[in-house]
Amino acid sequence: MKFYRSHILVGISEASLLAGAEEFIKELRKELAKYDLQEEINVLETGPLGFFGKGICLTVYPENITYQDVKIEDIPELVEEHFLKGRPVKRLMLDTTSKYKPRLNYENRIVLRNSGVIDPENIEEYIGVGGYEAWEKAFTQMKPEEIVKEVKESGLRGRGGAGFPTGVKWSFTAPLQVPQKYVVVNADEGEPGTFKDRLIMEGDPHQLLEGVMICARAVGATKAYIYIRGEYKLCIERLRKAIAQAYEYGLLGKNIFDSGFDLDIDIKIGAGAYVCGEETALIESLEGNRGNPRWKPPFPGVEGLWKAPTVVNNVETLANVPFIIKNGAEAFKAHGTPQSTGTKVYTILGDVTYPGLCEVDMGTPLRTIINEYAGGMKKGFRFKAALVGGAAGVLLPERLLDVNMDFANLNEYAAVLGSGAILVLNEHQSIVDLLWSILRFFRHESCGKCSACRNGCQQLYELITKIKKGEGTMEDVDLMLTIADTMFATSFCALGQSPVMPVRSAIENFGDEFQEITKR
Amino acid sequence: MYKEICEKYTPEKDNLLYILHDIQDHHPQHYIPEEAVQVVAEYLNIPTNHIYGVLTFYTMYSTKPRGKNIIRLCESPPCYIKGSTNILRKLKMLLGVNTGETTKDGMFTLELCACLGVCGNAPVMMINEDVYGDLTEEKVEEIIDKIRRGNQ
Repeated sequence: MKFYRSHILVGISEASLLAGAEEFIKELRKELAKYDLQEEINVLETGPLGFFGKGICLTVYPENITYQDVKIEDIPELVEEHFLKGRPVKRLMLDTTSKYKPRLNYENRIVLRNSGVIDPENIEEYIGVGGYEAWEKAFTQMKPEEIVKEVKESGLRGRGGAGFPTGVKWSFTAPLQVPQKYVVVNADEGEPGTFKDRLIMEGDPHQLLEGVMICARAVGATKAYIYIRGEYKLCIERLRKAIAQAYEYGLLGKNIFDSGFDLDIDIKIGAGAYVCGEETALIESLEGNRGNPRWKPPFPGVEGLWKAPTVVNNVETLANVPFIIKNGAEAFKAHGTPQSTGTKVYTILGDVTYPGLCEVDMGTPLRTIINEYAGGMKKGFRFKAALVGGAAGVLLPERLLDVNMDFANLNEYAAVLGSGAILVLNEHQSIVDLLWSILRFFRHESCGKCSACRNGCQQLYELITKIKKGEGTMEDVDLMLTIADTMFATSFCALGQSPVMPVRSAIENFGDEFQEITKR
Repeated sequence: MYKEICEKYTPEKDNLLYILHDIQDHHPQHYIPEEAVQVVAEYLNIPTNHIYGVLTFYTMYSTKPRGKNIIRLCESPPCYIKGSTNILRKLKMLLGVNTGETTKDGMFTLELCACLGVCGNAPVMMINEDVYGDLTEEKVEEIIDKIRRGNQ
């Protein structure tokens, strides 16, 4: 292995590619070669570094200096000053003039601990930081039932939205004696404002694969599918590479390490339907059908893909598994609260200083996430509301910001942790307008299978359009609540049960806005 | 031609979505014509109405001919509050079409889509396989101009 004096990590994500990261790396390497530094300084492509809307970002080790929004024109100065003369270029360093610095918080990360640190396209780097050790342990030292028990004990709950205990889910499937079982990874991330799974897959695809392998081993599945949305090009590319490497290293395939255990992982690409995030709809889609949800029970764990027992887990859920197996349930429980263990990845958007992602312990107050991890409101903006959980989320006003972000506490506010999307609105943005946009989204995405959702979404959209135009009355507002409640009670799947969340929270927490607009 | 694409896949129903993606990607007008549906139905031994159901369910498929460049502007809440409506207005003006329509020269089709997962750079659109973010009206004009010039 070669030793370098310095490593430059360039964050590669959809966002930095947008800013021309590929061209940038080429130029950077060229410039380093000019000074004959190519043997001393290593340029690495890594996953997202953790803040967005900031163009191309670099971290330089061992100094641990982060540069943001670096342009190709800045390369000569950067190379000459920093890498030749050893003087960091202050003007390009991550802006820390705001009250709070962004906290990248690597020390507390589980899922994203390697993101922005290793080259996600190289299996050796993942192995180098302890990757696949959990898989080895699960494979050589643990019986399948012990794996299930460990995950159960860790208290890990699904990170896709509903928060069902993962170990319990696995325990339905594991004991079934059938010739074929499946693991399906739900990577059809479609909740507006959510892109945590994209970042996990872009930043550390092998960790997800390791989680899939352990899950397959635990429940006795020999085939796994990663169902990913077609728009996530970089994820698909990186996962494909990672899977190919895993085969090459003998981690996948037939009779893995002479154990008699087979496992194949395949990628399946979606075609654009929000409802396919619902597990039974996803299974329908995998089978080549319209993504209409199925009746439950039987649950997929018993009768799923091609009627075989199928464990469907979210990307973030499975990415937590290697840590649990390697370090034990107790180490995992050291994070979070007793009822909601571990960490949670959030994507924070809107008028905050550092929009981006953060991974913090479960139970961290929303106020801390917004003020400390996202650097508070942007200069000149005042906080009005946070939409937590995407379109199927709730709108929280300032006075509710102290809510602790865990399953139990959010439940009290009739809120959900959901997908981990936090959208921050400033005082000029209209709640009615935002709700209109949310309901337009639901109207479009309702699959049409059940009339409660199909008609309900349409009616909610018509009512909010009327209110938005200033033609509505408070009776219309009440009617919206009645419809949303009815949908919650009667819809076939979670999609139709969701609009009540934004509708109720908007009307209850920001009622004055509805009063005002209906009075006009 | 459709037959050849089909034969890249085993004749099982779960390959339907991929065959349809493949046909659409290879069609110069980026859509799935009726003849193709017939071929696929025969190959997979499933009724054409099942295929039609699938085609019209997923937003990424089109049953109408489309332009060379497909613009998909995100209209989900995070992009909406960052002004995607203005971007849509600008695109309509620049192209002279409404949503769902194709320009007369067959260069562009304007579509709306749900969240693309690049919300950190809202408002966002995709043109074919490429993502464009942090859109402003000026930026949109530049992008469209550039594609137009590149195609001459």
